[in-house]
Amino acid sequence: MRSGSNLERVLESGTFAVTAEIAPPKSTSTEGLRKKVQALKGCAEAFNLTDNQTAIVRLSSMASSVACLQEGAEPVMQMTCRDRNRIAMQSDLLGAASLGIRNVLCLSGDHQTFGNQKEARNVYDIDPVQQLMVFRQMRDQGQVWGGDTIEERPKVYLGAAANPFADPFEYRVARLAKKVKAGADFVQTQAIFDLDRFERFMTEVRARRLDEQVHILAGVVPLKSANAARYMKTKVSGMSVPDEVVVRMKSASDPKKEGIRICVETIDHLKNIPGVHGVHIMAIGWEEMVPTIAEQSGLLPRPCIP
Amino acid sequence: MIIAERKDLGLISKMLEGRSKVLVAGCRSCVAICHAGGEKEVAATAEALRLRAAAEGRHIDVTEMTLERQCEKEWVQEMGPHLQDREIVLSLACGVGAQVVQEMYPATLVVPGLNTSNMGAPEEQGIYLEKCAGCGDCVLHLTGGICPLARCSKSMLNGPCGGSQNGKCEVNPDTACAWDLIFHSLQRLGRLDLLEENIPPKNWLPSRSGGPRRIVRPPVVQGEEEKRSREGSP
Repeated sequence: MRSGSNLERVLESGTFAVTAEIAPPKSTSTEGLRKKVQALKGCAEAFNLTDNQTAIVRLSSMASSVACLQEGAEPVMQMTCRDRNRIAMQSDLLGAASLGIRNVLCLSGDHQTFGNQKEARNVYDIDPVQQLMVFRQMRDQGQVWGGDTIEERPKVYLGAAANPFADPFEYRVARLAKKVKAGADFVQTQAIFDLDRFERFMTEVRARRLDEQVHILAGVVPLKSANAARYMKTKVSGMSVPDEVVVRMKSASDPKKEGIRICVETIDHLKNIPGVHGVHIMAIGWEEMVPTIAEQSGLLPRPCIP
Repeated sequence: MIIAERKDLGLISKMLEGRSKVLVAGCRSCVAICHAGGEKEVAATAEALRLRAAAEGRHIDVTEMTLERQCEKEWVQEMGPHLQDREIVLSLACGVGAQVVQEMYPATLVVPGLNTSNMGAPEEQGIYLEKCAGCGDCVLHLTGGICPLARCSKSMLNGPCGGSQNGKCEVNPDTACAWDLIFHSLQRLGRLDLLEENIPPKNWLPSRSGGPRRIVRPPVVQGEEEKRSREGSP
């Protein structure tokens, strides 16, 4: 075991895994976050605590991950390359590991111009592939970048993101292969609505046998309204939402129910795609629906793997 | 070349406040090509300052001159006689030129009339695109001749982020995704194999992170004697 995390144990056992995203609050109080964790605990192996997503200032992913741990659930701490150089990243990895965090997701991060700090200077000292290289060296060789020895290695399960819907499509699997080579143990994908394109992506993943080297958790987002569907289709770069999904949401008498139904149908489909080892549920601002989605998808109860 | 834009006239007037004898100094190099600080722009800026002062009932005496290059002392020497009665210089060169002028004439205040933006090239008439980040360790041989440091919004070295769509960068729909360009360039060149290799964390020492850069090229550095004999010659 690389980290001994619950997520690693479940994935390594060959069980179809579940992770879910929880957004940290714009607050010093973790009360709301703790309530969410309590409500969602048991529905997933681990919960992603996002790192100032969409470049909006929030409680840090590390502090949020600790609150998650204290509530008895396992966190996946997200860490972007946007806000930290390699010194801060390595220091934060040691810090996270020292606090008991066992899963870290390496990301480039949403560009600062999307958030509430548009005039900020970004960092991008290293990119996510390099971040994985650095973190794997710390964990497996017990060395910081440059070779200095770490007394106690950070035992972390390393995650990466993949977006099968961004362009150039022909390069997306090669890019995933680079992340695998760099050290990714698991991968969480962008939200999947366009199953055809995702199937094509997975066919190429299997052709390269990447599914034997990394655990792919397919991302899903439950839609709350037709507007949300349209917004994702037209306004979010690197998203592919087929017209039929928008039409279904628009003509539904109860759009929220329809959104959940589409999400559950998508998960059912994903479960049958060879090489998909789990799902990652991103119920943005709607986390309370995670138990329902997991339940209706037949993913409950979650296994207990020692 | 260096791409720059002229500052807003209101801001320029503010920098010149209280001074009535102004030299507007242009440069015939990069900033002339990008229509920010060449002879024409010097004339237009000087005239605008005169009109503005007249409209406000102020007296201003604006003279003009445009140097071949404001970044080289040999050319900047020509400015000396034109500075005699000047209280202030408004430099319409890049930030390099403005600094060299200040260095050579420490007794006269030099203020910047341009915002120096980047190292780029004209895309078409009137449109300029950033191309080089001056990182000190060029990677163009690995990236199909397109610089990801200057041209990717996240300066990623190992491929595009998830925000690349239809060849565009998510940060700005007018911006091409550098990695989309790199992919297609390497595809045309038959070198997609380069995109399979992981590029390790970059050494930023040759970049600004090693502090201000000073490049010494020993064969052309002049000895003390040579310098003296040069200074002595007309």
